[in-house]
Amino acid sequence: MIDFLLKRLSAIIPTLFFVSVLIFGLQQLLPGDPAIAMAGEDHDPNAVAYLRAKFHLDEPLPVRYAYWMKGVLRGDLGDSVRIQRPVTELIAEKLPVTLELAALAMVIALTIGVTAGLVSAVYKDTAWDYAANLFALWGISIPNFWLGILLILLFAVHLGWLPASGYVSPFESLHDNLAALIMPAFVLGNAFAAVLMRHTRSAMLQVLSSDYVRTARAKGVPERTVVLRHAFRNALTPVITLGALQLGELLSGAVLTEQVFSIPGFGKLIVDAVFNRDYLVVQGVVLFTATVYIALNLLADIAYFLANPKMRT
Amino acid sequence: MNRRLAILSLCAALAAVPTCAQTLRIGLAEDPDVLDPTLARTFVGRIVFAAVCDKLFDLDEKLNIVPQLATSYQWSPDYKTLTLKIRQGVTFHDGEKLDAAAVKFSLERHKTMAGSNRRGELTPVSTIDVVDSDTVRLNLSAPFAPLLAVLTDRAGMMVSPKAAKAEGEKFGVHPVCAGPYKFVDRVAQGRISFERFPNYWNKAAIHFDKVYYEPIADSQVRLANLKSGQLDLIERFNPSDIAGLKGDSRFKVSKIVELGYQGITFNLAKSDLAQKNPAGKDPRVREAFELSLDRDAIVQVAMEGEALAGNQWVAPTNSWYSKADPIPKRDVDRAKALLKEAGVPNPSFELMTPTTSDAQRIAQVVQAMAKEAGFDVKIRSTEFSTTLDMADKGQFDAYVLAWSGRADPDGNLFSHLGCKQPLTYSGYCNPVVDEALAKQRATGDRAERQKYFDQIALQEGKDRPIVYLFHRHWLWAYTNKLSGFRTVPDGMIRLQDLKFN
Repeated sequence: MIDFLLKRLSAIIPTLFFVSVLIFGLQQLLPGDPAIAMAGEDHDPNAVAYLRAKFHLDEPLPVRYAYWMKGVLRGDLGDSVRIQRPVTELIAEKLPVTLELAALAMVIALTIGVTAGLVSAVYKDTAWDYAANLFALWGISIPNFWLGILLILLFAVHLGWLPASGYVSPFESLHDNLAALIMPAFVLGNAFAAVLMRHTRSAMLQVLSSDYVRTARAKGVPERTVVLRHAFRNALTPVITLGALQLGELLSGAVLTEQVFSIPGFGKLIVDAVFNRDYLVVQGVVLFTATVYIALNLLADIAYFLANPKMRT
Repeated sequence: MNRRLAILSLCAALAAVPTCAQTLRIGLAEDPDVLDPTLARTFVGRIVFAAVCDKLFDLDEKLNIVPQLATSYQWSPDYKTLTLKIRQGVTFHDGEKLDAAAVKFSLERHKTMAGSNRRGELTPVSTIDVVDSDTVRLNLSAPFAPLLAVLTDRAGMMVSPKAAKAEGEKFGVHPVCAGPYKFVDRVAQGRISFERFPNYWNKAAIHFDKVYYEPIADSQVRLANLKSGQLDLIERFNPSDIAGLKGDSRFKVSKIVELGYQGITFNLAKSDLAQKNPAGKDPRVREAFELSLDRDAIVQVAMEGEALAGNQWVAPTNSWYSKADPIPKRDVDRAKALLKEAGVPNPSFELMTPTTSDAQRIAQVVQAMAKEAGFDVKIRSTEFSTTLDMADKGQFDAYVLAWSGRADPDGNLFSHLGCKQPLTYSGYCNPVVDEALAKQRATGDRAERQKYFDQIALQEGKDRPIVYLFHRHWLWAYTNKLSGFRTVPDGMIRLQDLKFN
């Protein structure tokens, strides 16, 4: 286990370095002069010159990368030009919001997706299977922003059950927090539920047709035990992988959902930063997200390791 | 939700009882930038400043300059000295006294702070003298008539010297000014909250205990928040939603023609591209282009009628509008004749436009209209920040660009049409215009200034570095419980006198 962990961890450092170069490089590809974009409508030449000097925008790229990395290695991602707050502080403020949204979306997706996948595999080629497939098709096809707007119109404007948008901290009011997040979490989790359903279904079908399941059935093991204990547990391995990968996807998927529901989270932070060329925020947030993504993959590897005894040898 | 409704109903029932805290909830179309009047850059930020930072002067509905923190002013006969009387008994949110020394501090901060966006606006102010505790004198290097109007905006906002010195560049994270509301907190990209400042100099006009601003970029979602009762007031919603709101007795709609403009800027000399573009090279082609356009139809189609057609930097309803240069009528035959005369019956150029839906619609309507006269307009949609950079580098033929507008026409003109000015994306440089621009600044006599604006209008009307199209309506929608809303062409939301019935 220790060897396994060390091997995986040692691969992370060069990956992170490569990612940081990539992020910095891609940021430079964004068209437009950041100083002009940041100087705003008035475009005061003094302010443009000041911003250029302050953020070393007139220095060569490697020098600018070195300035950025110097800060990053000390845990300082710089300050947002737009609102004058440290990027690390913004991440710390936004991350819990998006994580909560992603976690709720994940719960919704797992509940709907895995259940639907399981039912659809067990009752293959029945009305249940068709219904679950139809649901999956709907979930994958429907655009997030459209579903979001429709839900807002139904639940906020017409029925008045839920707030139309915004976010309330759970420490302020758990009820209001959940009321504010349920719609965006459903929108975000909906597409993922569909993907999960398809994967759970195919994994279950594969496992259900394997020899040991046939043997178990032949031995007279009750069907419920065969499905839940023998088949489902084995089918979970690809679902776990997908879950870890999709949690990263959920974080990026939150970009659109947070825009529609005006949730001041990570996604909204990065979208606004890109449009305003608040480039230290963009770099910091993307670097952080990439690090989280890499960490999640590591966790998935560990989960495999624990779930599948064959990998321990 | 029911509990909240019950509390709201109770508050409504007890509206006359001062102990029931009332909150005004405002939906903004964008997220404001830093809340430091010296560094701030965005239009939407100015809306939020109305809660926290009072200014030396304000504007009324008719664009008259009225006292706020300054009670009166006196120009010297040569317009090189402006003496201001400062309101007595005013304190900042941190208890510091607002006196002449504090005014001097704020103005000098605007002028000298690194990265200040106010420096350009206050360039002519060379020194500031404290005459006595409530009198301050601004000494100008040259006469500068627009100065009073400049002081009705961020350059006229006063900050607490103590807080500004302590916070330095981070002042905007926790602004301390002398406005009706004190800053409470701000969730980045989210809610900005304020509470009533009990020692506000004009506290009788303030009726809400708290006010918060919620940036919601999507117009439909902003409107949904108003309709579901989560917001009391929203700004800049889609013109297409007006009909629905007017038919709903729970809401009121207010609108007014903006101070700014929407137009198409041509690259005349900003880069070498100008000479490759028939519209940049030959004024007859630009004249033909203008004649091919029906501004009223553009307003109807692109803005659903929620704008006023115009051909100058100020709207025809503005008292500074130059009557010497009226809006030309569409004349496709004359446009074709001009193109023939110019030797380019089918000129082709690229129209750069930001990806906002308004700008795209304008570009499409313009493209279709100009085609009838023989123009081949190719639309290039690019994200806004990129268009700014390309405009600055002269990498465009024509550019659909809006300007939010300033109270004095100088603010819509000088930096946009003056030689080598930062916003003169056209590269336009005409000595007649430049001289008139300088002269209008140098006199405080209104009739004389108007004479120079007329000269500029006539010359600009011939050269057409910018073909002005229309002036948008600022649109606000709010609950019918709200009264006291004032529509001022600068698009701000003034909190004084706003209250629930």
